[in-house]
Formats: sequence, C-alpha cells, structure tokens
Amino acid sequence: MVANILVNGLVYSGVYAMLALGFGLVFGVGRVLNLAHTAFYMVAAYGIFHFASTGFAMPLAVLLTSLGIVAVGVAVYKLVIEPVREMEATVLIATLAVAVLLQEVVLVFFGNEPRHVPPALTGFTQVVGVRVGNQEMVTLIVAVLSLIGAWFLLSRTKLGLAIRAAAQDREVANLMGINVNLVTAVVMGLGLLLAALAGIAVAPLFTVEPGMWMNPLVIVLAAVVLGGLGSLKGSLIGAVILAFAEVSVVFLVPGGSYLRTAIALLIMVCVFFIRPEGLYGSSIAEER
Amino acid sequence: MYYVRYLVRYLQNEVLVLPSRVIVLVFVASLLAFPLLTQDPNILRTLIVTALFSLYAVSWDLLSGYTGQVSLGHALFFGSGAYASALLSSHLSLPPYATVPAGAAVATAAGLLVGLPCLRLRKHYLALATLAFPIMLTGFVLAFPGFSGGEGGVWRIARLTSTRVAEYYLILGVALGAVVVLWRVVESRVGLIFHAIREDETAARALGINTVRYKLLAFALSGLTAGAAGALYAHSSAARIVAPGVVLSLFMSFQPVIWTIFGGAATIYGPITGVFVLYPLLDTLNVVIPKYRMLVFALLVLLILRFMPQGISTWIRDAIERVCPSCRVRNIATRRACRACGAPLQAQSPR
Repeated sequence: MVANILVNGLVYSGVYAMLALGFGLVFGVGRVLNLAHTAFYMVAAYGIFHFASTGFAMPLAVLLTSLGIVAVGVAVYKLVIEPVREMEATVLIATLAVAVLLQEVVLVFFGNEPRHVPPALTGFTQVVGVRVGNQEMVTLIVAVLSLIGAWFLLSRTKLGLAIRAAAQDREVANLMGINVNLVTAVVMGLGLLLAALAGIAVAPLFTVEPGMWMNPLVIVLAAVVLGGLGSLKGSLIGAVILAFAEVSVVFLVPGGSYLRTAIALLIMVCVFFIRPEGLYGSSIAEER
Repeated sequence: MYYVRYLVRYLQNEVLVLPSRVIVLVFVASLLAFPLLTQDPNILRTLIVTALFSLYAVSWDLLSGYTGQVSLGHALFFGSGAYASALLSSHLSLPPYATVPAGAAVATAAGLLVGLPCLRLRKHYLALATLAFPIMLTGFVLAFPGFSGGEGGVWRIARLTSTRVAEYYLILGVALGAVVVLWRVVESRVGLIFHAIREDETAARALGINTVRYKLLAFALSGLTAGAAGALYAHSSAARIVAPGVVLSLFMSFQPVIWTIFGGAATIYGPITGVFVLYPLLDTLNVVIPKYRMLVFALLVLLILRFMPQGISTWIRDAIERVCPSCRVRNIATRRACRACGAPLQAQSPR
C-alpha cells in the first residue's frame, strides 16, 4: 500500500510538475493563463500513439511529436493569443477555444474510443524491495531529466536570464534591450516542449482519450496557484503536494477515485484560507 | 389617454432615436410573438434553454464583468440550484413553485458561502479557487449515489407546466423580469460601486465604500440569478435528468464566460447577445454537422475574438452609434450634430 502510494505519487508528481512548470513559465513571462496547455499534452499522447502504431522508431517518434507540438503551439500563440494578450478575459476564452479545437481535431482523426500505447519497456525492477514497473521508471526518469534540463536552462544560460528578467518585470526587461515578445514565444515553445514530453511519457501508462486534458488542467491550475503564481519553486511543490494527495485518496479512501480531485482542490482552498497568495507567492502581487 | 401619449412620446424621443434601443425593442417583441409564428416543440425547446442560459450568463456578467470577481466555477450556482430543486421535487415531491425558490435560495447561500472565503483572494487566485468548488461538489455527489443519484443523476422531476407554449412564456417572463431588475441594479448607485470595485478596489475602499459588503452582495445576487436559472432548467422540458456530468461540468462553468466575453463583458445586453447567437448556433450545428460542431464552434469563437476582442455587441454598438464628445449622450452614427446639445459629431478625432 505505502509502496503503491509512493511509486504512483512520484509518477504523478513528475507529470504534474512538468505541466505546472511549463504553465507557470508561460504565465510568469507572458501573463497568459493558457488553458490549452494540457490540451497540447493530450495531442502529444495521440502523436506518440499515431507514430507508434505506424511503426516509427521510438526516438524518431518522440522527436517528431515534440517538434510538431512546439511548432503548432508557437504558431497558435502568434496567430490568436498574442494579438489579444492585453485583455485577460479574452485570452482565457481564446485559449479555451484552442483547447476545445485541439480536442475536436483529435476526435475527428482518431475517434472517441480510448487508445493504448504499447509500453517501451515491460517487466519490473526491484528497487529497495519494492516492485516498480519499468515503464513507470522511464516516465519518472524523463520527468526528472526534463526538470533538471529546464532548471539548467533557466539558471545557467543567457536565455534563462532573459526569461527570468521578463518574468520579473516585463517593461523593465524590455527597456534593458531584451526582446520580450521573442522571449515570450520562446517560453511558450519551452513550456509546450515540457507538456509534449509529459504527454509522451504518460501515454503508455494512462488511457489515451480526447478528454484526458481536463483533469490535469484542473490539477495544474491548482498546483500553480497553490505554490503562488509566478513562483516556479512553488508550482513544483504544489504539483507534488496535489499528486500525493490524489494518489493517497485513491488508495486510502473507499470510493476515492470519485473524490480524488475534490480532496486535492479542498487542500488548495484550505491553503488559501491561511495564505491567500499561495505558498511562495509574493503578497504584493499587484505591484509586479 | 395621457399615459398613451406619454408612451408614444417616450418611444419617439428616447427609443427610436437610437438603433441599439430599437434592436432591443424589436428583439423582445419578436420573442414574445414567436409562438404565433411556429409552435414546433424543438424550436421552442431551444428558445427556452436559450432564455434560461441568458439568465445564467447575465449572472456571471454581474459578478465577473461588473464587479471583476472572475468566477470560473459558476456551474456551482447553476448546479446547486438545479440539484436542490430536483432533489426536493423527486424525494419530497414538492410542486415547482415551492422548489424553484428553494433552489434559488440554496444557490444564494452557496454564493455567500463561496464569497466569504474568497473575499481575501485577488484576480487569478480567486478565479482558480472558484474553479475548484463545482468539482468538489461533483466529487461529493458521486460519492453519495444513494441520495444524489450519482452519475446517473436525479430524475422524476415535476414539469413546470403541461404545455410547451405555457412553459415558454413562463420562462421567458421570469428571464425578462429578472434581467430588467438586474439592469436597474447595475444602472443604480450599486452598479457604479461594482464598477469601482473592478477598476480599483483599494481606491473604492479609500472613498469609504464597504467593498466587503458590496462584493458579498454581488456574490449573492449572482448566485440567486444563476440558481433560479438552474432550478428552472431542472424543471423545464429541456432537462429530464439533472446529472453532474451536465450541470456541474467544467464546460458548464466555462460556458457563461464564453458567452459573456463573446457578447461583451460588463454590459447586461452583451451576455444575452452572446447566448442568443451562440446557443442556437451550437444547436443548429448539432443537427447539420454533428461530428464537426464543436470544431466549427471553437473556430468561430476564436476568429471573432481575434478581430473583435471587446465582444461582438460592443463592436456593433460602436459601429452604429457615437458618443457626443461634449455631453456624453449616445447618438446614431449618421447624425451630424448631437441630439441633446447640438455639438458637431463628425469633427471628433478618430478614437
């Protein structure tokens, strides 16, 4: 039981953390609340399903899927989101429309039936006396590697410096000679790359279906605000908290699969009672 | 006789001079006269749902458009209204005229209950905290299927009226009455305070406005309206079953946002325009091309928002009417001089 909670909790934490990091980056730099973020994750899962079933080699399939997602995502951002970026409510609806659009396109091409992607690795490994599926290990490793990669990019490169500057203060970053619009587009691509990798990593574990973006979207939104909008550390911690909350409810409470999202969100609301700006958010968010 | 003359003069001087007011008049009149044209049950059903949803969209606009307390979980109010009246009707078999007010009251209470903890939250935090509430309620509905009907929902709900036409007039009457009342509210001092809270809450508080009280008022009013819409929806012929997958779903929460932003936020007519354009459109698409309906729908919303980001009704109103630069009275765009103060209109610089 404890081992199950631990393994599943870690896998979910990794996936949610990847999604939340990308979402948080896009919000922090572009001030865009991108409700289509997890829809791209769903499309990536379908992409890997498509390439796997037409017999592409795995590395090539991964490469094609993630490049395709990034290209489509940046194009969508430039075409429909950037022109209305200043109007928050309009952005909300525009990104939601993009999400529904992606879902419907997938429905037209692949139909409504749930799909399964054959796992890249089968079998189990004993880790400190606990049986862990190899596919779960792969997913976890992908998550950890991409998070480390994102951290390296953000804290050790010049581009990362520009991204953090733009996130801290868009106007001043612009005055310092940073091309803020370009940085925002790059961040959009980076966030979607993380979402695509997450979708690829979970495709063999979860059922792939057109509606699979809704639940992660709710959890990712909750994780990002739980950690405090604009704080990347916060959104990672929020993702881990919510993932473990979900998984423990499923394993410990009878009828828990119905209540898992409800309980996870209840935790978020309770945190808000104590800290309205989230765990790591700044309390003077309006000045930022 | 005096009143007739007064009415005619009012029509001539205040209504017929502005195309937007003429449009509203014609719109209401044609809705009232519609059953004379056709009594096709399917069309009436679509119009009944459209009228209910316009009430629901207006309730979102009141809270989020006017007061700026963006709620992404408005299905909580619609759903709690629908569930309360449906459960009362099915378990205690109370008549609709008792259960609908009860449903609205429950939704008002839900509005206050959600509003109270959300007073401290700002902007995105508020939007995402409200998003959580209908999902939590769905979780509890599914966890206690014996009482709430679980995933299958509540059924055996009493009909509002025996005939479809009577139901149409009843729901249209309630919706029109409620919209008129809400219009009076937002045109009054209270509406001005709502605007002030949205624009700058700190400044509003500095002016001596008890913003906590007015925010709670907005939550309660919005909950009341959405709850009434939900309760009527539960009893209408459009919904034979009240199920969490419909009335509490994420899509139900997002729908009023889509309609209102599409029509134009912080105007009462905006959300109504949005619903009356988008809902029948979606319904028609469902008949014509069921497979691609959401695809076409999303594409259309995206395109219109791309080119009219302020909403369609605001865009049209700005195209056919012009505000007088000196006295702020609205004029039809073809006039050369303002109808109130005579100041020239054409000379104004392009906005």
